[in-house]
Amino acid sequence: MSADEQSMRRVTAIRNGTVIDHIPGGMVLEALQIFNVDGRQSNPISLVMNVPSRKLGTKDILKIEDRELTQDELDRLALIAPMASVSIIRNYSVAEKLSIKLSDEMTNVAHCVYSNCISNAIREPLPHRLKVLNTNPMTLQCHYCGRNQNLERLVENLL
Amino acid sequence: MNSLITMNDLTNEDIHRILVNAEKLLPIAKGNVYLPLLRGKILGNLFFEPSTRTRMSFETAMKRLGGEVVNLGAVASSSVVKGETLHDTIRMVDGYSDVIALRHPLQGAAQYASDCAKVPIANAGDGAGHHPTQTMLDLFTIKQAHNKIENLNVVLVGDLRFGRTVHSLSYALVRFGCKLTLVSPESLRLPDDIVNELKSQGGELIVTDELKPHLDDADVVYMTRIQKERFPDEDEYFRVAGIYKLTASDLSSSKKEMIVMHPLPRVDEINPDVDSTRHAAYFEQAFNGVVTRMALLCEMLNIPIPNEIGGENDEC
Repeated sequence: MSADEQSMRRVTAIRNGTVIDHIPGGMVLEALQIFNVDGRQSNPISLVMNVPSRKLGTKDILKIEDRELTQDELDRLALIAPMASVSIIRNYSVAEKLSIKLSDEMTNVAHCVYSNCISNAIREPLPHRLKVLNTNPMTLQCHYCGRNQNLERLVENLL
Repeated sequence: MNSLITMNDLTNEDIHRILVNAEKLLPIAKGNVYLPLLRGKILGNLFFEPSTRTRMSFETAMKRLGGEVVNLGAVASSSVVKGETLHDTIRMVDGYSDVIALRHPLQGAAQYASDCAKVPIANAGDGAGHHPTQTMLDLFTIKQAHNKIENLNVVLVGDLRFGRTVHSLSYALVRFGCKLTLVSPESLRLPDDIVNELKSQGGELIVTDELKPHLDDADVVYMTRIQKERFPDEDEYFRVAGIYKLTASDLSSSKKEMIVMHPLPRVDEINPDVDSTRHAAYFEQAFNGVVTRMALLCEMLNIPIPNEIGGENDEC
C-alpha cells in the first residue's frame, strides 16, 4: 500500500460526498473556511492533517459527506490549494474526478487585503477582482489597486 | 491609449510621442497661438482630495485647446456627502463629459472608475498609488533640460515612502535606463516592494540618507516635501522634518546643466536662494503640467496634433 493510500485510509471511506486530496499540509482549516463549513452543519466532516505526500512533502485531506461541491466552489480552493485533486463519491465509488480550474482572474472570491483600496469602500458595487500572476508560488494582485496580496491575510478576507 | 491609470498604460514609444507632441503644443500653452483642437469637448474634473496645480493645469490645458470643463466642486457640497458611491458619480459624469480627470483618496479608484465609465479616465492621483500625469510632466521637464530622458543620474530626495509622485517617476526612469540615488531618512525609504520591482527591471539604485555627496554627479535632483499629514505621530515627523535643505551654495560644484525639480508645494527643503540659480526648474515644471496634460488630453480623445503649430511671434 502506498503512502498516499495509507493516508486516505486514516479515516473511513465515505458513502456519498466529496473527497479533496493534496491540500498543502496545515491548510485544511482554511479550506473549510473557503467552503463555509463551520461545524453548524449536520453532515459528517473528516480531516486528515500533515500526512506525508510525494507531491507536496506534507498534505491534508478533507472528506465532506453528503455534499457534492460545485465547480465554482472548488475553483475558490485555488486560493490555497491549486494542486488539489477532487473526487465526487456516490455509493462508495468515485463517480467523478474534478480538477480545479484556475483562470486568469478570481472574481468575488476574496476582497483585497488593503483597507485603503477602493474595492473595500462600502456599497461600491463592482466585483472584487484578483489577477492570478503566478501559480507556483501563488501570486495574486488586486485588479484595482495593483498591489500583491498576502495569501494568509487573503484567506481571512474570503467572501 | 484610452484611460491613463498607471505608467504601464504607456509604452516607451507612447511616452516619446506624447513628449514630442507636448513640445509642439508649447506656443498654445503659452497663449501665443490659439488652436481649438478640443473645441466641443468637455473635461469632467473630479477631485475628491485637495489639489491646486493638478486641477488647475487640467482645466487650463482644456481651455487653451478650446474645450470646456465641468467641476465636481467641493466634495462637501456634492452628492458624495449624501452617500453616493464613486460608481454612481462616475456613471453620472460619464454622461456629462468626454474625458474625466479623477483624484481620489483611495488606491485603485482610477482603475475602478475606468471600469465604470465609457469615457477615458486620467488618473490625477489615487491615494498613495499612482500619479502618471505628474510623471509625464516630470519627464517633459527633464527632456527640456537634457534633450533626452535616457541614462541620466537622478537623485530623489525626501519622502520616498508615501509620495506617489516619486513612486510613479521611479518606475518610468528605470524604464529609460536612469540611475537612481534614493536619499531619505530610514523611516521614509522607498517601500521594499517597489525597490525589489525596480531592481527586477534592471534598475541601478543607490539607497542612502546623505544628499550632499551625490549633488556633483547628478543630472536631476528631485526634491520632495516631507508630508506632515502622513505621520501618525508628531514626534516622529519632527525627527525627520527639515532634514534636507538645499541651498544655492550646495550646488556650487554641480554640473552646469543639472536641474532641481520639486512637485510643489515646498516648505523648507529648497531655500529661496536656489530660485535664482540656473538649476531651478520647479516653476517651469509646474507650467509644464499644462502643456503635458494638453498632449495627454489630445491622446486620450484621439485628436491628432498638427506638425506645424506656429511660434512665439504668431498672433493670438
